Amino acid sequence: MNVIELKNIVKTYDMGVAQQVQALRGVDLSIGKNEYVAIMGPSGSGKSTLMNVIGCLDTPTSGSYHFNGVSVGDMDDNALARIRNKEIGFVFQTFNLLGRSDSLHNVELPLIYAGVPSGERRRRAKETLEHVGLGDRTHHKPNELSGGQRQRVAVARALVTRPSIILADEPTGNLDTKTGEEIMRLIEDLHRQGNTIILVTHEADIAEHAHRVVRLRDGLIETDEKVNKRKTYSAVS
Amino acid sequence: MYFLNELKEGLSISFNALRANRMRSVLTTLGIIIGIVSVTLMATAIEGVNRKFNESANAFGTGVLYIQKFPWVGNEDWATIRNRRNIEVAHATKLERRATLVDAVAPAVGTRRQVVYGNNTMDFVIITGTTHSYMFASGGAIAEGRFFSAEESAGGRPVCAIGAEVAETLFPQEDPIGKTIRVAGHPFTVVGVFEKQGGMFSEFTSDLRVFIPLHAFQSKFGGRRNVTIQVRVANLQQMEDAKIELEGIMRSIRGLMPGKENDFNINQQEVLTNFFTPILLIIASIGLFITGLSLFVGGIGIMNIMFVSVTERTREIGIRKALGAPRRTILLQFLVESAALCLIGGIIGLVISFPLSLIVDQILPTAMPVSVVAIAILISLMVGVISGFLPAYRAAKMDPVEALRYE
Repeated sequence: MNVIELKNIVKTYDMGVAQQVQALRGVDLSIGKNEYVAIMGPSGSGKSTLMNVIGCLDTPTSGSYHFNGVSVGDMDDNALARIRNKEIGFVFQTFNLLGRSDSLHNVELPLIYAGVPSGERRRRAKETLEHVGLGDRTHHKPNELSGGQRQRVAVARALVTRPSIILADEPTGNLDTKTGEEIMRLIEDLHRQGNTIILVTHEADIAEHAHRVVRLRDGLIETDEKVNKRKTYSAVS
Repeated sequence: MYFLNELKEGLSISFNALRANRMRSVLTTLGIIIGIVSVTLMATAIEGVNRKFNESANAFGTGVLYIQKFPWVGNEDWATIRNRRNIEVAHATKLERRATLVDAVAPAVGTRRQVVYGNNTMDFVIITGTTHSYMFASGGAIAEGRFFSAEESAGGRPVCAIGAEVAETLFPQEDPIGKTIRVAGHPFTVVGVFEKQGGMFSEFTSDLRVFIPLHAFQSKFGGRRNVTIQVRVANLQQMEDAKIELEGIMRSIRGLMPGKENDFNINQQEVLTNFFTPILLIIASIGLFITGLSLFVGGIGIMNIMFVSVTERTREIGIRKALGAPRRTILLQFLVESAALCLIGGIIGLVISFPLSLIVDQILPTAMPVSVVAIAILISLMVGVISGFLPAYRAAKMDPVEALRYE
């Protein structure tokens, strides 16, 4: 069974009185377990909208979306929040950490909403931070961390609930090349450990890490192809 | 369990937020502080007025009925009651023989005269002529010495018991007991001093009076005066029965035909209480309303700042929603924040108003009632929840995509 099953997804935005913008015009996409998919496309191609739909942040205007076999279209706000909490780990371009909280609390946050008791919460958050190599930064606030470290905290936060997919939106967009590579290596490790990764990017060399590249143009899928010759860091390191 | 977790998280978020905007939090809370201070002080003052009033009303004695020519309060037409016959001492004697539900009957007559001791003089003191039963049929109590006895009363002896203020004026340094004062020139020996009653009906209390035996009064100041008959009802449960009985006896004594109106009134402290309580209530309501307005304004300030806070933290709300916070949690988070803000304000307000209430206590004996403290805390919580609701609701309803995009 596929983790994500999109059928004829259309998303229309109302812009003013009689103006409508079709961000997605009928997208079909299936993503299986432990796939590593890059979604590419120029700006305005609808990739952000697609990411929001996949991430259950937004609901499509029409079409069907099954997540682990469950139809998302019929879900109310709370059910969507539960899916986001338990099944999806977000990694954003701008990190989106809570500035006033330390790394540990940032990573704990999804577990709070999952209702995990505090002792276990703390233990799991610490473990996950160690896993991304930040075991010694648990009590640092975001502004005391470098960009790469911040993004690691964000990755830890995405991982901590052991979600079905990790959805990374331009995860290296705000990082220099070297730290960007570090993050890509981390994501690759996660994939190797069995996680399903969906990467949204407009940079070709970032997309090259994926096993499959989906290209969007004007709200439609242009190409969807497996990548044979991938760029891997593990070969280098 | 889940709710407690959320509450804990909400509290830690709000304290972080309040600390991050310290100046703004202080200023906003100030509105609530001022509101709570004014409301609690007003409530304390009202409590003081009530106490004062009850204390004053108690000077008339519980279970004591005053049979008099005229009513204390009310709107009976003066023209029809002004020609009522006097109440006489003889009525009291007959009443005492026939009434079954009372255990003390004391006739009392009064006149205003000058009282002198040594160089100290007091004008217009109420000289009350009564019997020894007066002590059982009034609200007064003796502080020092004794009231005059049945024998002194029957014999019209030249003895007197004086009110607390009379004693203070005539005997600033000395012990009044055993001293002889002159009442309109006639010598009377002081046998007792009353306890101070205070209150706002000073004319009716013992404070400004000199009590002498009825017979002495009649021989010195004349006998044909209007009398007040003070009656103590034996059982407080039977006040109404006693009133009906007394009314019947008085009608029969005064020879009133059936169908004719009473030409006397039976007064009691409840008459005053019933008359003044609604007035006190109105004053209290107006006072609390006006001070409540300041609390209301404080609440608007809270609402305003919470809207600002929600807008400022749009992105944070987006992040939390993306990580799976349901609407309810976001709503709770902001409600907790505004409730915490108001609760802190309420507690600070109480801390400030408590010493101020001690100052009020100097003018008007009172104490901040425990109920006011509890209600003040409850109200500040309520103000927080109510004024926080709209901003919190707006936060909860935010679209996560829009919120994440917010700069």
